[in-house]
Amino acid sequence: MTATLGFVMLCHTALNRAAEVARVWASAGCPVVIHVDRRVEAADYRRLVEALGDLDIVSFSRRYACDWGTWSLVAATQAGATQLLGRHKDVRHVYLASGACLPLRPVAELIDYLDARPQTDFIESVTTADVTWTVGGLAEERFTLRFPFSWRKRRGLFDFYVRLQRRLGIRRQIPKGLAPHLGSQWWCLTRRTLSAILEDPDRARHDAYFRRVWIPDESYFQTLARLYSTRIESRSLTLSKFDVQGKPHTFYDDHLQLLRRSDCFVARKIWPQADRLYRAFLAPQPPGSARAEPNPGKIDRLFAKAVERRTRGRAGLYMQSRFLLQDHENGKTCAPYSVFHGFSDLFENFDIWLSKAVGGRVHGHLFAPGRVEFAGGEAIFNGALPDSAALRDYNPRAFLTNLVWNTRGERQCFQFSPRDNQACNWFVATDPNAQISVITGSWAVPLSRANMNFSDIRKEAARLQRIETEHVRILRTMYVKARVRIWTMAEFIENPMEPLQVIIDEISPRSTRPLTEAPKLVDLAGFGQFLQSLKNQGMMPTLMGDFATTDDPQPPAREHGRPYLVR
Amino acid sequence: MRLWDRYRLRLRRKRLRYRAFRKRRDLSAVVDRTRDYGRDAILLVAVLRNERIRLPYFLRYYRDLGVTHFLMVDNDSDDGSRDYLAAQRDVSLWTTRASYRASRYGADWINWLLMRHGRGHWILAVDVDEFFIYPFCDTRPIRALTDWLDAGGVRSFPAMVLDMYPKGPVDAEPYREGGNPFDIASYFDGGNYMIARNGFYGNLWIQGGPRARTMFADRPREAPSLNKIPLVKWHWSYCFVSSTHMLLPRGLNLVHEEWGGEKASGCLLHAKFLSTFKAKVAEELERRQHFAESREYIAYAETLKDDAQLWCKWSEKYINWRQLEILGIMSKGGWA
Repeated sequence: MTATLGFVMLCHTALNRAAEVARVWASAGCPVVIHVDRRVEAADYRRLVEALGDLDIVSFSRRYACDWGTWSLVAATQAGATQLLGRHKDVRHVYLASGACLPLRPVAELIDYLDARPQTDFIESVTTADVTWTVGGLAEERFTLRFPFSWRKRRGLFDFYVRLQRRLGIRRQIPKGLAPHLGSQWWCLTRRTLSAILEDPDRARHDAYFRRVWIPDESYFQTLARLYSTRIESRSLTLSKFDVQGKPHTFYDDHLQLLRRSDCFVARKIWPQADRLYRAFLAPQPPGSARAEPNPGKIDRLFAKAVERRTRGRAGLYMQSRFLLQDHENGKTCAPYSVFHGFSDLFENFDIWLSKAVGGRVHGHLFAPGRVEFAGGEAIFNGALPDSAALRDYNPRAFLTNLVWNTRGERQCFQFSPRDNQACNWFVATDPNAQISVITGSWAVPLSRANMNFSDIRKEAARLQRIETEHVRILRTMYVKARVRIWTMAEFIENPMEPLQVIIDEISPRSTRPLTEAPKLVDLAGFGQFLQSLKNQGMMPTLMGDFATTDDPQPPAREHGRPYLVR
Repeated sequence: MRLWDRYRLRLRRKRLRYRAFRKRRDLSAVVDRTRDYGRDAILLVAVLRNERIRLPYFLRYYRDLGVTHFLMVDNDSDDGSRDYLAAQRDVSLWTTRASYRASRYGADWINWLLMRHGRGHWILAVDVDEFFIYPFCDTRPIRALTDWLDAGGVRSFPAMVLDMYPKGPVDAEPYREGGNPFDIASYFDGGNYMIARNGFYGNLWIQGGPRARTMFADRPREAPSLNKIPLVKWHWSYCFVSSTHMLLPRGLNLVHEEWGGEKASGCLLHAKFLSTFKAKVAEELERRQHFAESREYIAYAETLKDDAQLWCKWSEKYINWRQLEILGIMSKGGWA
């Protein structure tokens, strides 16, 4: 008495593993028909036949040379299934498996499961309009174009011929009565459905049509089962996961727990040398374990994450195997950061004030000419970033992206001015993570008090103005993705608290505490006069806004000691 | 890439292969066991000089990963390395007294050995102080990786050099034969690597780490390159261009993703900074056989003079490959 379930196995490598699995199935009383690729060497084939010689319900079917994506796989399946149905009259369900499949639960549980659903065909079968997984964009066209060239060996010719047919509008006629369906090639069909497909009077016509369909092993049975089956469960009982290229993921020893949790009956594909998996799952398992419904979703997360990592990757990561072309970065940097342009010239100890206001570390001028001014004057920072200006200037963009990457989870704020290295201006301006606040013209404040010859001051002022004008021009182009705010110095000192509050709310939106203490404005006595002197020397300072020459600009609260904002 | 550039690369490859062919005369076989391994063997190829103390752990490490056979070139050792290697059953050994520099720092010898013995194999080209780490290396042998690469039609696999160093002076704790060097040199720099594209050869040029930070902070351009492509499915027409930093044909160097996502990559843990380092530096300064007039070694000597440390408070202590993957130094790519 044989069981009501039989297996057809398609093998081409790792025959010893296939033999192990076939033996487990046969020992449970399930007949097995094995198809071995004709390209397998005769000696290997003989060894397999001998290894299974003692099991009379294991037989071997006519051998075809199988190429991926071609009709040969369907032919091999047909031969195996015909042989199985013909030789074993008790078989009610036929399970199509590969040599790299591994039963995860005892066969008896699978038999019980199928006995409870005697009329059900388990075959993933989806109309072409609904599939999303086809790689290479061929879904509907699999059925309407011709594919005489091998995709693996003659890719160029294959693609050319597809394009040619598209261009010329050549289409094959889909035979009447067929509605193309696609799905996993690993199915479990009832005798009724399978024999109807195999003994169909129209089979010659169907075969002739599918012979020229692209990847018929994913569509032949999937389409024809729709003609005869009374109950289709459109899912595969075989657990398999696919990667970005449409290849099945391989399972290794370290997936043992994951596979256990899936409660699936069969998994593919297994790495042939995954000894621990084969040992664990082929060993007789204690009966009476939980009869849970197969739930491949439990392990989806891991493989979905692998696909996500391969297609999108971690935002803002630059590394040896991920170095994206400009504007193809999925995230130029990995986290938001803030650039304060010109603030440190206008306010005393602005970084200390800001650090209190946002409750975090705030850097000085990271791009300063002498050295990198890390927060707290550190000589080395997260990720062992050194404060060497030479190293930073060697690759400023790498410096910035490393800094942001190394401090994931902590917002970076740093000061900037036209005196600093300007190499990253475009990069930062086009980075959606950047928040750039600019006070134009404040670079003139330290100059107004510098102890230098006025001609040198004038030259330096012209240089800084040129650099800042260029930066502001970048920040006003249509390419900007950063959150940019620009004030002239005159605008800003008129009412410094309101813009500061806006910036800080954006940095830490959850802190409800309004700013109480304003940063201390530097002494601007004589600044108006200084600007006038520059003008008198023939330079036109344009970025500061309007300052009267005589009365020195001071905020009104200045007389009452430290300025406080009254709310 | 223009036609003319492609032609130049082709010429360059032919010249390098011819050069390797001529350099075959440098090498004389001590033991040749290359008939012992089968068609699917994974080969390791290395050039060494006076590394006797490192060899036991080196061989054990790679045997455990699943390397089938070692192709080794002994460059005139006088510390017993040759006899030790010759006695190993899975080592084929060649010896030479010729100049390391004149063989383009060993690349010609490696190219020749691979031309002869590497065809159709996965080969791993490393130095004796480099230890290959790849995703899942603690649970999957190297063949799992090469099978996966084969299935995806991938021919080469990158592994960046990760300089490992101890806390304190390099010679504070002596390295003993057979020991794991990373018990001593267990720290590395987690995130100060600079990447640029090399347009002509298509590879990435990676610099940074503790050597750039401490020895080349004022002349970063000269800092050593860290990008390497040590694992290649060898074809007779391939060759290494400069050390294992880049290969020809150019397509082998495109191991990084450019359009989004991450490809898989590994690391070469670099156990250079051990107690053996001082003697090595002294010897190499004498011989001047290393790259760019040994400027790297001159810098090392200067650093060693004042007992400088490579360790800093932001150094990461090495745990496993998963840590490196989280830090973004290597990636699992689409492998799960």
